[in-house]
Amino acid sequence: MSAGRLAGPAIGLAVTILLLLLPLTLRGYGIYLMSLWAVLTIAAMGLNLTLGYAGQVSLAQGAFVGIGAYAAALLTTAGWPLALGMAVGVGLGLIVGWLLGYPALRVQHHYLAFVTLGANTLLFLVFRNEDWLTGGVYGIPGIPRPRIFGLATDDPLVFYYFCLAMLLLVTLALGLLLRSPWGRAFEALRENPVRAESLGIDTRRYTLLAFAIGSAVGSLAGTVYAPLVQYIDPYPFALGMSLNLLLMVVVGGSGRFFGPWLGAAIAVLLPEWLRFSEGLYLVFYALLVILVLVFLPGGLMGIAERLRLGRRPVAG
Amino acid sequence: MSALFEVEGLSRRFGGILAVDSVSFSLAEGEILGIIGPNGSGKSTLFNCILGQLRPTAGRVRFAGRDITGMRPSALARLGIGRTFQLLQIFPGLEVRANLLAAGQEHRGSMAGRLFGPPDAGLAEEVERMLAFFRLAHLAREPAGSLSYGQQKLLDIAMAFMAGPRLVFLDEPAGGVNPGMLAELGERLRLLNRERGASFVLIEHNIEFVMGLCSRVLVMAEGRIIAEGAPEAVRADPEVIEAYLGG
Repeated sequence: MSAGRLAGPAIGLAVTILLLLLPLTLRGYGIYLMSLWAVLTIAAMGLNLTLGYAGQVSLAQGAFVGIGAYAAALLTTAGWPLALGMAVGVGLGLIVGWLLGYPALRVQHHYLAFVTLGANTLLFLVFRNEDWLTGGVYGIPGIPRPRIFGLATDDPLVFYYFCLAMLLLVTLALGLLLRSPWGRAFEALRENPVRAESLGIDTRRYTLLAFAIGSAVGSLAGTVYAPLVQYIDPYPFALGMSLNLLLMVVVGGSGRFFGPWLGAAIAVLLPEWLRFSEGLYLVFYALLVILVLVFLPGGLMGIAERLRLGRRPVAG
Repeated sequence: MSALFEVEGLSRRFGGILAVDSVSFSLAEGEILGIIGPNGSGKSTLFNCILGQLRPTAGRVRFAGRDITGMRPSALARLGIGRTFQLLQIFPGLEVRANLLAAGQEHRGSMAGRLFGPPDAGLAEEVERMLAFFRLAHLAREPAGSLSYGQQKLLDIAMAFMAGPRLVFLDEPAGGVNPGMLAELGERLRLLNRERGASFVLIEHNIEFVMGLCSRVLVMAEGRIIAEGAPEAVRADPEVIEAYLGG
């Protein structure tokens, strides 16, 4: 029992040390991949709140990363600090995410998937066609890295630690949120919306909140993504990224708090490991996803849960 | 004596069928009212119209002097009207304790308080009391979906009482409960009525259960109330016997 209690903190400590020290042994590309992992994990954690906890399907998370990325890119290239870009990006994510929630009050499941997919395409078209604002297909080059408390983050390693710090902050904030009664209301909404409503849980309000908060976290990821890649154009924010984020949540374990950490690691690292297979990479990836969906409905985090439950004596 | 709850001329039409046909009744504070009637007599539709699941075609519903016709279920719950459903409705993936917390947390405080306040919303003691009252304390940390049917039924009812409602609608509380558990359930409901002063309206097919619990019974057939009175009197009413037995 005591060993089981300590397993969580022990794993947490090991992972933290790994995330702090591993990049010291890596070169530019490896550090870039780890930074990208941190950023995508933030976005996936946002989607995990909407989809995994509140049970609302969204295929538009990539577009919200885009909203944040454009907000940060436009403001920082105009000379404003990244903090302002973050505030604006998150604010826009909240507002647009709240609006995206309205269709969810009428339709659910795969119908909702289609509606949010449409929203993703709509936002992509805004990024691509409104060139007066977004630079259209030419994108926005020369996005500067921020100064954090006077410290320049131009060095990839320093910027990586910035990304990691953001991830830890978001993880802490979401952890507190999901432990609060709000988190419980989101789960109640996923488990049984009719019952939740009959118990005084305002399911309309919590549905809108789940979309607004999850989407805003996606936009926050975007505001870190822009200075990481330093050049953005509309194409990463087409449907591809939304689907990729969805897979991260599902493969990691939908509704499992640390699921996105694992899911994003696989989504970022697998293409690298499978590089030898060249064009077959997507086939392998698809195969993995199918296997996870069939055999591990709880995702990779579900394996850990099963091991834990398997050892526990059955309650009478 | 002014009534706690009143239904006045409530009707609900589905196409050409009047599922509920101008039903009127009232309920005093602390009363336990049973509604019986053959399948398809409109009992559940009546509940759904009262409780915001369906919009009534005509009629008024009043609670504690206030018109509550057509209000949303969550608003009714926050006014102090609880309910259970004909089929079990719990949060199977959440722990038993979390089920009870979710059932009580929206009834006091503000949205900000629920975000920044304590995770248990100040309900820890009430949850303990409910768990002890329904003899579920040893299962507090189990996923609700892993409980036996009877235990889930008790949890379902416990959830309806978490926020201390003044009026609770129970849709077939005895349905699917084994005889041993049934006596226990009746006893729990009587205690809740006596100690907390909660009033009940219950739909039930188990006549013995209704007779043992209710002080007054309404009988519905074809959307209308055909008899009303003390359980024994209603049971002997020829029109009631006709409704149950007649073709």
